[in-house]
Parts: sequence; structure tokens; C-alpha cells
Amino acid sequence: MPGLGSRLGRGGATTTQQSMGDSDCIVIMGANMAENHPVGFRFVMKAKQQGATLIHIDPRFSRTSAMADIHVPLRAGSDIVFLGALVNYVINSERWNSDPFFKEYVLHYTNAATIINREFRDTEDLGGIFSGYVPGEGRYATDTWQYAGQEIDPGMAQHPVQDVQAREGGAATGTPQAARLDPTLQDPFCVFQLVKRHFARYTPEMVERSCGVPRDLFLHVAEEILKNSGRERTTSFAYAVAWTQHTVGTQMISCCALLQLLLGNIGRPGGGILALRGHATIQGSTDIPTLYNLLPGYITMPTSTPQHASLGAYLETESLPTGLWYYLPNYLISLLKAWYGDAATEENDYCYDLLPKVGGDYSFEAMLLMMKDGIMKGLFCMGQNPAVGGQNAVLARQALANLDWLVVRDIHEIETAAYWCDAPEVRNGEVSPQDIKTEIFFLPAALTPEKDGSYTNTQRLVQYHDKAVEPPGDCRSEAWFMYHLGNRLKQLYADDDSPRGCQLRALTWEYPTEGDTEDPDLDVVVKEINGYTVADRRPVQDYNSLKDDGTTASGCWIYSGIMPEDGNNLSRNRRGSEGAALEWGFAWPRNVRLLYNRASADPSGKPWSERKAWIWWDPAEGRWTGHDVPDFPATKPPDYQPPEGAKGLPAHPGDAPFVRMADGRGALFSAASLKDGPLPTHYEPFETPVDNALYPEQPQNPAAITFPRPDNQYHEVNDPRFPYVITTYRLTEHHTAGGMSRWVPWLAELQPEGFVEISPELAAEHRINNGDWVTISTLRGETNAKALVTRRIKPLRVDGRTVHQVGMPWHYGFGGLAKGGIANDLSSLIEDPNSRIHEAKSFTCNIRKGRATANGEQETR
Amino acid sequence: MNSNALIPPDAQSSLIGSTDARPGAVGFLTDTTLCIGCKACEVACKQWNQLPMDNFGFTPTSYDNTRDLGATTWRHVAFVERFPNSDGAVRMPPFQSSWLMMSDICKHCVNAGCMQACPTGAIIRTEYDTVVIQQDVCNGCGYCVPACPFGVPQLSLSDHKAHKCTLCYDRVKESLEPACSKACPTDSIQFGLVDELMGRATGRVQELKERGVDGAYIYGDRAIGGTKGIGGLNAFFILTAPPEVYNLPREPELPQDKTIQAYLSSIGAAIAFGLAMVLSLCR
Repeated sequence: MPGLGSRLGRGGATTTQQSMGDSDCIVIMGANMAENHPVGFRFVMKAKQQGATLIHIDPRFSRTSAMADIHVPLRAGSDIVFLGALVNYVINSERWNSDPFFKEYVLHYTNAATIINREFRDTEDLGGIFSGYVPGEGRYATDTWQYAGQEIDPGMAQHPVQDVQAREGGAATGTPQAARLDPTLQDPFCVFQLVKRHFARYTPEMVERSCGVPRDLFLHVAEEILKNSGRERTTSFAYAVAWTQHTVGTQMISCCALLQLLLGNIGRPGGGILALRGHATIQGSTDIPTLYNLLPGYITMPTSTPQHASLGAYLETESLPTGLWYYLPNYLISLLKAWYGDAATEENDYCYDLLPKVGGDYSFEAMLLMMKDGIMKGLFCMGQNPAVGGQNAVLARQALANLDWLVVRDIHEIETAAYWCDAPEVRNGEVSPQDIKTEIFFLPAALTPEKDGSYTNTQRLVQYHDKAVEPPGDCRSEAWFMYHLGNRLKQLYADDDSPRGCQLRALTWEYPTEGDTEDPDLDVVVKEINGYTVADRRPVQDYNSLKDDGTTASGCWIYSGIMPEDGNNLSRNRRGSEGAALEWGFAWPRNVRLLYNRASADPSGKPWSERKAWIWWDPAEGRWTGHDVPDFPATKPPDYQPPEGAKGLPAHPGDAPFVRMADGRGALFSAASLKDGPLPTHYEPFETPVDNALYPEQPQNPAAITFPRPDNQYHEVNDPRFPYVITTYRLTEHHTAGGMSRWVPWLAELQPEGFVEISPELAAEHRINNGDWVTISTLRGETNAKALVTRRIKPLRVDGRTVHQVGMPWHYGFGGLAKGGIANDLSSLIEDPNSRIHEAKSFTCNIRKGRATANGEQETR
Repeated sequence: MNSNALIPPDAQSSLIGSTDARPGAVGFLTDTTLCIGCKACEVACKQWNQLPMDNFGFTPTSYDNTRDLGATTWRHVAFVERFPNSDGAVRMPPFQSSWLMMSDICKHCVNAGCMQACPTGAIIRTEYDTVVIQQDVCNGCGYCVPACPFGVPQLSLSDHKAHKCTLCYDRVKESLEPACSKACPTDSIQFGLVDELMGRATGRVQELKERGVDGAYIYGDRAIGGTKGIGGLNAFFILTAPPEVYNLPREPELPQDKTIQAYLSSIGAAIAFGLAMVLSLCR
């Protein structure tokens, strides 16, 4: 989550669902929390019963809106206009300028006073793009975005490999002491003035024009948020993939972080930003990543560039002189020791050379194209159903059909395993099963109660679960599969001296097994993740104990502390309590529940208010204390000033809460870690029916990653063939691409068939009755669904014209009990440049009444 | 909306919040103002009671594909969309305004029509004051079906016996709360002693009114929903719109209470018919 990482330091929710119960105002935007996180929503209801205001900002009126005090229907994809206008409203409001709380928080805890390179030019100056844009390459060189007086390695600033992921927390070199500050916030190049100027055109009138939200409604929301922020009160935000899945998704999230920093809501109870992830272990899958561009613990994956050619070069490029990333060598070398064991020595760079190096875009979307183009020959598919869930699912199925082999492990015979005989294009005769060469292996998977394991939930909380029953028949856990697959690969490559063979041979893979099924003992895996000293294999206490000399090993440094002594797996803890509930599970880092909680106290270390006290400085004891584990060096006094030349955390003063940032401050201006600009800027969705009202010259994100090709065509701006905005979403009753729900009778019957939600006005234009078949089309494909005509979807007035939106759940496919047209047959391959996530929450389409049956006839009911 | 408009003209205010439930009676308070329509109660009910999928099909009726309570559906979350034709106010009334969700269930009436109509004694009142159909005694006559003013018990097409919610008798017996309330993430469904729940509901309605939800009221006390000899509902509700909006009768009554009246009118009709015949033969 670079959106949060770039401004706050870590790509994780800053708060917990429980802490939302202490909020005075909750804004849910880019999320449908009641439907998709119903259990966590109990804390929202708790806050509401205590009088909190609940605001839901969303194109559709959903089950979340039903509970809200204020629902704001806005045009899908116009979120930055709304958020930017909030920023503009807040910093020009009387309250923000007269209540000393806000200035004090912002001056001490953010980089508002920092002066930026005077070569920097804003979107205001350059018609919607920032300085450093490299035309023709669709990317930015970031050297003009740096702090004044600091230089960035030109190699990193103008990286030849478009995909190199700048690390969260900033990539600037130089020390924070060297940064120039203007505490009066008057210098035109200080961050505060740049922010103020940048957002000046984000006005309530612009919100009305671009978002389709009446001015008064916007002002009402802005007033509620401002009123409920400050010394005594806090506002929290919750978002989910309805922010992530845009070509400007990262900037939507980063804009929220910027706003919450300005409002002084980060690091405080009832404040913060809750990144709703929650679906099984999505948070866990980025912490110990399934992502191609990260190593465990958000360590940048090495790339095939000179900067990463050796361990020394990598560490020199990637370590920061100050803040937590100064200790990167400890984390990376301990990781290499965990993976390569005795084979990793100082002489051989701890086997750094064995790590694969990223040479291009290996994100899932790019993988689909590589499969279709015959570059990638095989695929393991676990916990994913790309025949339904893949963007441009028509292309995704063609890609699957071009593989030599495909392994699907799942609990049902999902569409990805059955596309060769059951897909719509096979049913209607366009594709014949005989022409599909792929050899498909379908392996049965164990359900959650049938295996040991853990979830890392939306708030970074790891919760362990034990096996309750043995899986039936040949069903096995993922851990079993990966362990035994690894063993067989090691056997296969035992005598192979190719680089691949060397990699596999060096890998440590000795896990004791248990039971008849020979499942690996996961406590041993947890210990490896936690880290241990190599000599006596005793667990380390936390990541501060990790070393860069090969004497410690740790599979994921941020999880260090999960097993502080042998057999004591803290994620098994289940002692609930009010407040931080520190004895329930284990939260990374170091069991901290509210991130950056140093900011819950004022610069002198006292709570901002009794009502919102969380941690504070105890002068008698000489340490930080309170309800939570301090996310700060425990004995660093509030008035600490770093000595000249200090490194690492000692280089941060006692009032710098953001320990992973180079300067310890929240970044209102993000110097280098975002690829599409240091400040959030509104660009239209790549497919949009309207012009960019803010920057008419620059309709779309100039750094968006596109894949224009005949099988992945995009619609023009305001393309008359595709006049409607479409957004896809999930329902409570189903789980993602349906593998765990559409085959389950009790869930299938609740939402038994795919549907498309349309407003009565649009339905009338097309003479569509409630329940009629509707065909929805884009240049990628065509699908059909039953019409659900509802006032919960409203046509909006945008820039003087009516914009219709339609909504379609993306759960459905051709398998299981609950079937329906595949919404992703409509979407395209396109990516946000930072997160490499697609844009399924806002694109354009057309609709017509009726559908073609298998024999080519039209039917409407 | 004026809350007084909901109370029938002959309802005495002393009946509001009152019930004839026996001491120790257990039941449900279903507070619709906390319901997020997740249907976890429906799934938990079917799972615990091992009830099959039924009535499978898309009804373009909001998010309600369950349609109704039945022999194999003992919880049913109704969805009612109530949007004004023009744009509504900037600020909505708190707690469910435009989209009502209500988890319906057997009401476990204090005086139950189904039980009175059952000729075999299959329907009993348990030690918890709940109403349960004993499957080994039920002969499937179906008399209970029309006797329920809420249309709850239904005959199963597979075993031809009547079925409905047991208020998880098997769980309560083991000191476990019923599956539906256990699964409810927002505590919209609360299980407990009826007396306590009724007190809680009265307080909650008061609180809602103070927060601007003028239409909030208890459905299932002796004033509304538990009227006319029913004496209250052990599974009762907090609603914010007139009962008819949720497909509930405002003043339900026991069909049996009309039997004497019906007998008398039948006898009267028979006599009149007899007299008419005699008179016509005399001519």
C-alpha cells in the first residue's frame, strides 16, 4: 500500500477496527464496510450508538449507506476532487487557523516546514503535470521533487526499468538535519505553501461540477469532519479496494493520509486510516508478500540494474541514513540467513546473488499477457480464480488456454479449472475444447478448519488458528503442498549446477512434519519468521535484535516478536479486553496497535487531551507508557535532539513519530516514493464520459500503465459508444470470485444470480423493466445480467449534463450454484503506476435490453 | 413521521412495552435499527438446524432472494427500499432510513394460535416459554398453518410435517444462545429473558426518539403486534416504519377467538336457512 507508505512510512492500516469505536466521526469512502466487513462494522455501530457521525461517500447507496447519517453519492473515480476540496477547505477554515492544536501537530509531526527543491514545478504551473515528466516514456524523473539541499542518485531518479518500486518511506539520500526548514510556513517552496497552492482549485464548486455532489452537501461533510477533529475529538477514515482499484488509486489513499495529517488525526485513538483488507489474509499477503516486487517486510525486491548488482550496491542504494530503514542490512541479511542457512556467508554476500532480480513488470496483469503471448508456459493457481476475477477475463481465459500446464488447487472445481469445457465461448461454439492444449491438474484443497495457520487481518493483527478436523480424502493444506513441492524440486535439481539448481539447493527446507499426512510443523515456520540467533537457535525478542553479520536469521523482520521464546506463539493469544487488547493475537510491528502513536501525545509528551490519551512520556520512569506498545524508541525523551551526524533512529528528534520516514515526519509532500507525483492530483479514470474539469489539458494519469493492443482496447474520453460509468463491487453473500461461496447452497441461495443495478431513469430510457435481461458491453467483451432497477443508484449532474452509473457485482461466473455473467469480461488491463492495481471501480460501458441466447435468439425475461 | 400514528386508536398507552410473557420466558429482541442486512442469521440458522437450500432463484426485489419464512427457512431478512422520488434531505435520519432491513422469525407468541389449533398436541410450550413443534408427534394436518396470524409454520414438501423456528431449543438447553443471535455481528438480534429484553427495548426506543428517529416503536408488546389475546410476542422487534411496510399485521388476532362468533353465525345461518325452507314448503 504505497498510498499510506509514502506519507506515513508503512503500508498498513494505522488504526484498528476496535479503535473506530472511539471515533467521533467516521468517514467510509472507497469502501462498503457493512457489506464486506460486517463483523468489524460492529465497532462502527458502537461509535454510532455513542453519538458519532457516520458519513458514507460512495456512488451507490449500499448497506453501509443505510446506516449512515450522511450518504454522498459521487461520480465513481472523482474521489481526489472531493478529498482535495476537503484539504483546501480545512487549511483555509477559520477553525484550523485559529485552534493552535492543528498548527502544533502539523509543524512538529509533518514535513510542512520543509523546503523543497526550487526547481520543482507543480501541476498548477505545467497544465496538469509535475516537473520531471519524461514524455514518450510515461514516467517522471523525481530529482526536482526532493528536499532542498538533498540530492537523489540520478540513477534512481531516472530509473531505466519502469517498474522499479521506490521504497515506502522515501528514497531521498542525505540526512534530515541537512533539510532546510521554514517554521513560519511562509516560504513559497515550503511544503505547506506548495500544498496550499496545489489544492487551491479544489473548491466546493469544483466538487459540484466534477463529482456531481451538491455544494451544500460537500460543505456539510467538510464541517462535520473539521468539527470532529482536534485536541478533544478525532475522525477516522476507512477505505478498501474501491480506492485501490483506480489508475489514481494510490493517490486517492495518499490524499486521505495528507488530509488526516493536516487534521491531526494520525496516531490517535478514534482517528487514523483503516485500510480495510480483511479478506482472508490480504494484509498478510503483502507483509510476507505474494507480490513480485517486494521481499518480506516491504523490502524492495532486487532489480536487474547496476544499483542492485551486488549486496553492497543494493544496501547502499536502498538503506536510508536515518530512520528505521537505516537498519535495512540487519533485516535483509537476516532474511538471507533464514532462507539460505549455512550456505549464506559473508564471503558470498549471504547468497544475495541467488535472489531473483526483477527485470520488468511481473504483476498479475502483465503475467496474463505473457501467458497469452506464449512467454509463460505454466501457472500454479491457488486461492485465485482468474477466469472470473482476472481483469479482461476474456483475455485471461485465452491466456489460460495458451499454457502448457496449469495447476489449480481449490475447494471447488472453479471456473479456472473448468474454462476449457464450460466457458461461455466454449458453450457458444467459438472455442473448441480440442483446440486447447493446456494440461490442467486439479488438486483438492483443505478448508480453514482443516488446517493450522494464521490470518493477518485488516489491522495487521496476526491470529493463529488450529486444525479442528482432518481434511477429507486427498485434500491438503497450502503449507503441505508448498513443503512437499519444495522437497521434490530440490530432489529434481539435486545434481543440477545451473543457477536455478543452485538456488534450489541452497534453500533451507528442513521442517519437521506431523501426522499421517506429513504436514510441516507450522510452529517451526513461525519461529523462522520471528527470527533466531543462528548459534543457539533461540528466538530473538524483536527486530531490534537482528544483526547484519550473519549471526541472526529472520524470515520477515516486521513480524519479529511474534514468538519471543520457543513455543510461545503470541498470535495464539486470545485474552480480550477494552482498549488496546494487547493480549489478543499479535500485531506487527512489536505488537503496536495504533501506528505512529507517539503522535497521540503533544510534542512535550503529554496527551493532547484526557479523552484521547493513548501513550505518553513518564518523566519519573524516563520512558513512554500508556495503553499501547509505544511505536517509538521507548526511552527517547520528547525533547531529545539528535547529535550531529547521528544515524538510524537516534537521528530523529523526540517529536518525530513517523519512525520509518527518513526525517521522522508525516509527508504532506512525498519526495520520491510515488511515481505519479508528490501531491495527489485529480485525473479522470482512464475511461470516462467527462473531461477533466481541473486540468482540461491532462485528462488521464500521465504515468498510468497501459497495455493497448487489439485484445485489450480502451474507450476514448467521452466515447459516444460507451456513455455510462460502470463500477464493480462485492456483496456480503459472496466471497471474491466465488470459489468459496457460489458452490455453497446456503450462500448461493441468498444471491443466486448475477445482476446489474441501474437507476429507474436509465432503465426508462432503455425500456428495461426490473428483472429483465440486460446486455452490458465494452470493447473487451460483452456479458449479461438481470436488471435490478433501484433508486439506490442515482443519475448525477456532472458539468451540466447527466451522467448515468451502473453497478455490477463481479462474483459471478459459469460454475457453481449461483451463476451469472462475468463482470470482468468488461474490464481492461490497466494499472496504477505505484501499486500495479487495475481500474475496475470506474470505466465505461453501454447497456441494452435483452440478451442473446445460446442459439442466437434474443430474450428479455 | 409521527410515532403516535402507529398506535391503533384503541391501544392504551399502558400496553406499550408490556407483555404477558410468563416469568423466566426467553426470546429475541430484533432491533432493526442495528441490522445491516448481512443475513448471517439466516445462514447460521440453516447451518445449525441443517435446513436445505430452498426457493432458489433471483427475485428482483431489492436484496431479498429468500422471500418468506417457510418450512426450511426460519429466519428471513426482509429488505424494503423507501426512497423519495426527489432528492432527499442532506442529512438522513440516523439508523436505517431509506433502506429498511428486518430479520423476521417465528414470534413465539405468549398465546400461540398454532398451538391452540394443533389437534395432536405436537406443538408444545417449553420450559422456556417458547413454542416448539415436536416432529415425532406432528401428523402433518396443517391446521397450524392458517392459525398463525404471521404465516410462520409451513408444511414441508419432503416429510409433509409442519416446521418452524424452535428458538434453538437444543442450544438453549445446553446454555448456548441461539445460532442466529450468536452470529449477528452488530447485536441487532439479542437473546435473553423477555422481561429484560423488553426493558432494554423500551430504553432503546426512547434513545432513538431523542436522536431524532421519531418513528421508532416496539412491535410485539401488547400495544402493537402482540394484541387481542396474543398477550405479547416473545420474539419482538424495534421498527421504524408502520408494521405493514415490513409485511406485518398491525393488530394480529388469534383466529380461534373468532370461533364462537363463527359458530353463532353458522347456527344463525342454519336456522334462517331452515326457516326459509320450511316457509317455502308451507306455501
